Amino acid sequence: MPHDHPDHAHDHGLSPSGHPYRADNDGPLTYWQRMEIAVRELLIEKAKITPAEITAQIEAMDARSPANGAAVVARAWCDPAFKARFLADAGAASREMGFDIGPLNLIAVENTEAVHNLIVCTLCSCYPRNLLGLPPDWYKTRQYRSRAVREPRAVLREFGVDLPDSTRIRVHDSTADMRYIVLPARPAGTDKMTEAELASLVSRDAMIGTGLARTP
Amino acid sequence: MDGHDFALWEKRVDALMVLCGAKGFFTVDGLRRALEDMGEDAFEKHSYYERWIAAVNQNLIEGGVYSLEELGTRMEEIAARGPTYGEAQNG
Repeated sequence: MPHDHPDHAHDHGLSPSGHPYRADNDGPLTYWQRMEIAVRELLIEKAKITPAEITAQIEAMDARSPANGAAVVARAWCDPAFKARFLADAGAASREMGFDIGPLNLIAVENTEAVHNLIVCTLCSCYPRNLLGLPPDWYKTRQYRSRAVREPRAVLREFGVDLPDSTRIRVHDSTADMRYIVLPARPAGTDKMTEAELASLVSRDAMIGTGLARTP
Repeated sequence: MDGHDFALWEKRVDALMVLCGAKGFFTVDGLRRALEDMGEDAFEKHSYYERWIAAVNQNLIEGGVYSLEELGTRMEEIAARGPTYGEAQNG
């Protein structure tokens, strides 16, 4: 046996090499999958949409990632004039850096020693997806959506962010027309780092507010 | 629960929602209304993209892009094509 997994050597549903089979796309067809296929086919037949448009849209969304936001944050840390433009209109500043974010209305909120910002969408799942890509699953859960506003300090502690009581926490509730991104505080000891090196310190969670920028 | 890898059908729902919105077939408010109309238990029973395809479909029917009958007929045809998502594609 190429791998030694004594605990489940006799389990069912394992591959010949002793690993569980990964869930794939070949489970039983569901009602909702049928609906997706039907809606897509009808839109294509009625010339409302082309298959190429759908593929291109999926590729564009897959190409978006937190690295885009990290690049914008790093620029704001390095360039005070850019930072001012970013805080005035984060969408325009992101477009200025060449990111195609569509009609996204983006508002940047800055973390300082006095204020920590946290982003949520209490209604559903609004998120700066056109800059950062699709939101993590937990962002869409009822637990996060309700607890982020009810007990933000407890939520932050779970994410490993333990803030002093003197730091004020501001929770921002996103809507489809108004989405937020956190400008994390620049970590100490990063004065000599390049913009690209700084970007590597900026995680997705730091831009949601459930994390801080990493210290090098 | 962080590493959810979206299935192809979910990515297609996302793409259809964005494209149809951009083409003006419905508004975000229209989607929202359809989601609210599903009732509370829809949020217990159905996944995120299941609710979204239902909302997209509801708005397209209301907007006259296709009829309920066309949808029903097509969904039956699709069920007859095969038991998995891949086999149920036309082509």
